Amino acid sequence: MMAALAGVPDAPKPTLATCSLTGCFGCHMSLLDIDERLLELVDLVDLDRSPFDDKKTFDRLVDVGFIEGGCSNEYNVAELRDFRKNCRILVSVGACAINGGVPAMRNSISLRDCLESVYLNGASLDGPGMIPNDPDLPLLLDRVYPSHEIVRIDYFLPGCPPSGDAMWEGLKALLTGEEPELPYQLCKYE
Amino acid sequence: MAAEPIRFTIDDVEITALEGQSIIEACDAAGIYIPRLCHHPELEPSGNCRVCTCKVNGRNSATCVTPAAHGMSIENNTKELNDDRRMIIEMLFVEGNHPCPYCVASGNCELQALGYRLGMQAPKEVYQWPDRGIDATHPDIYLDHDRCILCSRCIRASRMEDGKTVFGFSGRGITMRLNIDATGGLGETQMAAIDKAARVCPVACIVIKRDSYRVPNGQRRFDLAPIGSDIEARRKQVKS
Repeated sequence: MMAALAGVPDAPKPTLATCSLTGCFGCHMSLLDIDERLLELVDLVDLDRSPFDDKKTFDRLVDVGFIEGGCSNEYNVAELRDFRKNCRILVSVGACAINGGVPAMRNSISLRDCLESVYLNGASLDGPGMIPNDPDLPLLLDRVYPSHEIVRIDYFLPGCPPSGDAMWEGLKALLTGEEPELPYQLCKYE
Repeated sequence: MAAEPIRFTIDDVEITALEGQSIIEACDAAGIYIPRLCHHPELEPSGNCRVCTCKVNGRNSATCVTPAAHGMSIENNTKELNDDRRMIIEMLFVEGNHPCPYCVASGNCELQALGYRLGMQAPKEVYQWPDRGIDATHPDIYLDHDRCILCSRCIRASRMEDGKTVFGFSGRGITMRLNIDATGGLGETQMAAIDKAARVCPVACIVIKRDSYRVPNGQRRFDLAPIGSDIEARRKQVKS
């Protein structure tokens, strides 16, 4: 499908959507870290739903979706499922999407203990605290889940974050219909 | 009477072994790398991780505990075997807590390095998120049981090299744990930071305190070349 697109002259450019779930935006920063190759990227791809262009909903099927961050709340799960429904190829990008990353440090502590230790018993609390319960806040999940435990993921791009070079190699391969295979020095889990 | 030379082939390369060598020892000497995790060249082999499994005369055998024998025909670097090895590595990753981005062993970790070498982009099994606890009772060493992959290197080193028997296993199967020979933790044992047992952990289960992050990113053990490259470099010497 992508290979066919890449081979046809005047074919519409492949489209890319990105999102940051429970992550630090470091993976998005790393995508910007490809320096002058950004100009090449602009020729290679049309950006669709993404924090980069502030487009917040899908209105067409997108070729490649980049997922940064794991799922720590119901909002993350809904957004991830929306990406799966609207992206032909879905890529887990970075440690948080792949295994929960730093936010998953809470996974060996119960959610109640975690909230109570911060909001009720925290050392820096001034007066009695309370656990935030505003209805606008998305409900927290019992733990932080990697993307592939929620939806089907087609490719994984490891790193914390993946380096700009790794981002470039992975994305370029996907957009030109190749299998993304990172050379040794670009494939890092950290 | 002089012993017959032991000759066998691995991936169609002929190797000469010494009497008493295991397959993995003979291959190491000849510069052929067989991926391994629990095996350590300075310790008695135990054969419990199965990463070094090869097809020996068509049958799967852990090569660290299989003696080299004349006429053996061995398959090592095949897709089938490497897929199996990668699955073992993936299962070890999800069974413990192995957060590479903030782990002290990153870059020097043999589990991580095998993931890289065997082409693991991410473990795809369901994460177990164990909570087996940290033992920080020792002044110079800490022990993170969530990182333990049950390779038994520390058990063997403590017993055979240090003569202390600080470590052992308790439980069986999925409930098997590294056990300390003291109810009050590692601090109550005779363990010292200079012990062999403190230096052979392939991951960050046994860590020397105040000694981490000394080597900058980019200069660590597996930053530039895959695990096994040192062994494979011997092959070039053997050939030339």
